[in-house]
Amino acid sequence: MSGKNKLRMLALIIIATGVAVTVFLHGHNVAILNPQGLIAHKELRLMVTATLLMLIVVIPVFILTFWIAWRYREGNTRAQYSPDWDHNSALEFTWWALPLIIISILAVVAWRSSHELDPFKPVYAAKAPITIQVVALDWKWLFIYPEQSIASVNFVQFPAQTPVDFQITSDAPMNSFWIPSLGGQIYAMAGMRTQLHLIADGNGSYNGVSANISGRGFAGMKFIARSSSPADFDKWVSSVRRSPNHLNQAGYDKLAQPSENNPISYYSSTDAGLFDRTLMKFMMPTGQMMPMDSNVAQYGAMQ
Amino acid sequence: MVFAELLGRLNASALHHGGVEMVGIASMGLAGLAAFGYLTYKRRWKWLYREWLTSVDPKKIGVMYIVVAALMGLRGVTDAAMLRAQQATSVGASHGFLSSDHFQQIFSAHGTIMIFFLAMGLMFGLINLIVPLQIGARDVAFPFLNATSFWLFTAGMMLLNTSLAIGDFSAAGWLAYPPLSELAYSPGVGVDYWIWALQIAGIGSLLAGINFLVTILRLRRPGMSLMKMPLFCWSVLGTMTLVIFAFPILTVTLTLLALDRTLGMHFFTSGAGGNPMMYVNLIWAWGHPEVYILILPAFGVFSEVVSTFSQKKLFGYKSMVWAIWAIVLLSFLVWLHHFFTMGAGADVNAFFGVMTMVIAVPTGVKVFNWLFTMYRGRIRFTTPMMWFLGFVVTFTVGGMAGVLMAVPPADFQLHNSLFLVAHFHTMIIGGVVFGYFAGLVYWFPKIFGFKLNERLGTYAFWCWLVGFLTAFVPLYILGLMGATRRLDHYDASMGWQGLFIVAGVGVAIILAGIGFQVLQIIVSIRQRHKNMDTSGDPWNGRTLEWATSSPAAPYNFATMPAVTTRDAFWTIKHDKNPPKPHYTDIEMPSNTAVPIFIAAFAFLTGFSIVWHIYWLALVGLLSFVTLIIVRTTSDGNEYVIPAAQVREIEESRGRS
Repeated sequence: MSGKNKLRMLALIIIATGVAVTVFLHGHNVAILNPQGLIAHKELRLMVTATLLMLIVVIPVFILTFWIAWRYREGNTRAQYSPDWDHNSALEFTWWALPLIIISILAVVAWRSSHELDPFKPVYAAKAPITIQVVALDWKWLFIYPEQSIASVNFVQFPAQTPVDFQITSDAPMNSFWIPSLGGQIYAMAGMRTQLHLIADGNGSYNGVSANISGRGFAGMKFIARSSSPADFDKWVSSVRRSPNHLNQAGYDKLAQPSENNPISYYSSTDAGLFDRTLMKFMMPTGQMMPMDSNVAQYGAMQ
Repeated sequence: MVFAELLGRLNASALHHGGVEMVGIASMGLAGLAAFGYLTYKRRWKWLYREWLTSVDPKKIGVMYIVVAALMGLRGVTDAAMLRAQQATSVGASHGFLSSDHFQQIFSAHGTIMIFFLAMGLMFGLINLIVPLQIGARDVAFPFLNATSFWLFTAGMMLLNTSLAIGDFSAAGWLAYPPLSELAYSPGVGVDYWIWALQIAGIGSLLAGINFLVTILRLRRPGMSLMKMPLFCWSVLGTMTLVIFAFPILTVTLTLLALDRTLGMHFFTSGAGGNPMMYVNLIWAWGHPEVYILILPAFGVFSEVVSTFSQKKLFGYKSMVWAIWAIVLLSFLVWLHHFFTMGAGADVNAFFGVMTMVIAVPTGVKVFNWLFTMYRGRIRFTTPMMWFLGFVVTFTVGGMAGVLMAVPPADFQLHNSLFLVAHFHTMIIGGVVFGYFAGLVYWFPKIFGFKLNERLGTYAFWCWLVGFLTAFVPLYILGLMGATRRLDHYDASMGWQGLFIVAGVGVAIILAGIGFQVLQIIVSIRQRHKNMDTSGDPWNGRTLEWATSSPAAPYNFATMPAVTTRDAFWTIKHDKNPPKPHYTDIEMPSNTAVPIFIAAFAFLTGFSIVWHIYWLALVGLLSFVTLIIVRTTSDGNEYVIPAAQVREIEESRGRS
């Protein structure tokens, strides 16, 4: 293969890849490129802005690479050959300065967006927010509604266009709470409470997952997030309230036992202090850690 | 009873394995047996022991590093193929051929092997082979320590592979985040194997880092000031600085996790005052510099390759040097970008995000300088040059993905998704692996005395490039579709299967590329008489490694070359009145088996701690320390090659 043909082949491969990607993205519903909530919209816009800024440098690099490789191939004897030309202050200054300028702009974007889209920051909307407590368990998601005093496993529903204040912890290894259609993720960690504020544009069902490996049943650790009209939400709450299951401490301890691929389940009532106790039990002095130690012992016995 | 207690928790159940694992164990056993049989049949054991295993010659240690790395690469690629096969088939009602626990062990092993035993092995291999030659030295600063580093690396590799047959491996990912990796959630031996394999190999790496830093600073030819050093040496100097500052963090972090697991302490447990997030910070305070430890030498390789094959001086030498040191410094200021999603707060996230983006500047500068080295050159599109062009394309795209994820709110949507997996594979395959391949092809004649077959090398390159794109572009898209990493099963309704199958095809194409590379080596060995490098300078090179014969004699240079300029050999070549060779006695370090024993005791210690056989661990550790002390205080470990013999060797190589 001559140098010419090698370059042609290389260009062909790149163009073919680009075309394949473009065709695919047009024909498919790609969650992150098709946001269903304000936060996801803003995060996507941010990605687009950053990508466009970078292309200012990347496109010239691609063109330069091919043009230089083509023009100065060994076979092209008409091209100038200056074997000792190894320094040019103006040129070198340009490629220190140009990326630096673009990165500076991007840095401002990053700084502002980090504050604007801080997951701990509440989302402001016409409607009052709803609080949902989330506990990552081995291997399922528990959702507690403190205001409605109900709970559910692997299913969470909330009214559309209403800010949702997820308060997140873990009673298991670290997980990451993520609903790609609505916005970015945050870790669920034992003994820590993180927050994620999201809002859905309209009615819909979205996939929710754990994005951080947490052990054997990790792949089955997913849930459905549904946004609905306020009326539908109220109807759902009252249906959950008719469930025969109650989530007291004993019921929770049983639920917290490792189990895989849990079906969706509902609890008509919950213990108001459950989330805080789950959070606090990891912060107790060593002598007072009975609940967790007993979990641990059972886990060990299971393996 | 007493006997059983002497074995700690090791018992017959450690040997129970599933079918897939048995195939793995059997194939490794058979390969070992075949190698054993071949060596016995050819009566090569004595030769292997005398010429290679006990050697302290960096040129031989370098080859051994690369052999170990290549073997581990084959295992890592096999793991990758299994992961792809599982994800392409484990959909809906089907659950694939791997259990989730086995799948998790495989991806943990894949990451660990590829970083620690493939990439690090190739890196130290190339450094051993080339750095002493490029700076005009006869050896490294501490030859015995160098052999010890290699054997500790090998001991770590052996321990990791032992887990395949005896017990099992970690299922907690390649960085074993607690609390998952703590006793409470991973009570078996897997994480312990992971800890001790890395601990032993990591100490080897740290010692090698010290060795090469001192080698470069102290053993350069007089006249070769730092600013006249070849760029590859500069990149290695930066890398070794990173090794020296980063690896102690790994050693301490692993020790603390081992204390938690072995002695019931609480550094990183969820409760009892432990703090898993501290581990995540510490492991990445090592882990991010580690990424640059791998990529900087690849940058160094490209600087040599582009200059040689453009037949032109490297453009912007000073910029290149400053860029390396900017990257070295910045690489310690970005570790938090691996976990923006931990919730550290906007100020902290933004700071680390901005620092991460800044790294793109010196990296971009390097790319521009390479391009302008080609500009007004006479470019020969040999395989090393093709690896470079492939690198520019993939690395630029991967770098864009990296800067994108450096924006914290964007990262919230991409973190731990397959987009991230695609990003770091772009950097590591498109950057590190392509770079080391370029280096291996470029320096192959210097190492073995003959060139590699170009045609098969080109086929391998196309397969790798197309295979890489086919395997990883689908993962970028899957990440955008919300697919997270490390899933052993997913619902058919997600619509991911097609892309996973395409990615699997990509791995098959990469395997074809590897096949061509194996074939390339076999064919090149058979045709070696045709491709022999008798000049020592097959590419019209510019730096000192080309000033000696191929392969170089044990002492590297019979007469030490004079260095007056940056491209020292270029100047020597064009000197109208070359100085007459003048031979003197040369003192060289003797071969020794002590490093093998040191590493064997390290292995024994690690293995015993994994299985709680504490008496044996103590025996191993004491023997390890004793051997080091005995060797350190001994003298007379050198031999002298008389001037007459040096002349003979040089004349036999046609160089007098």
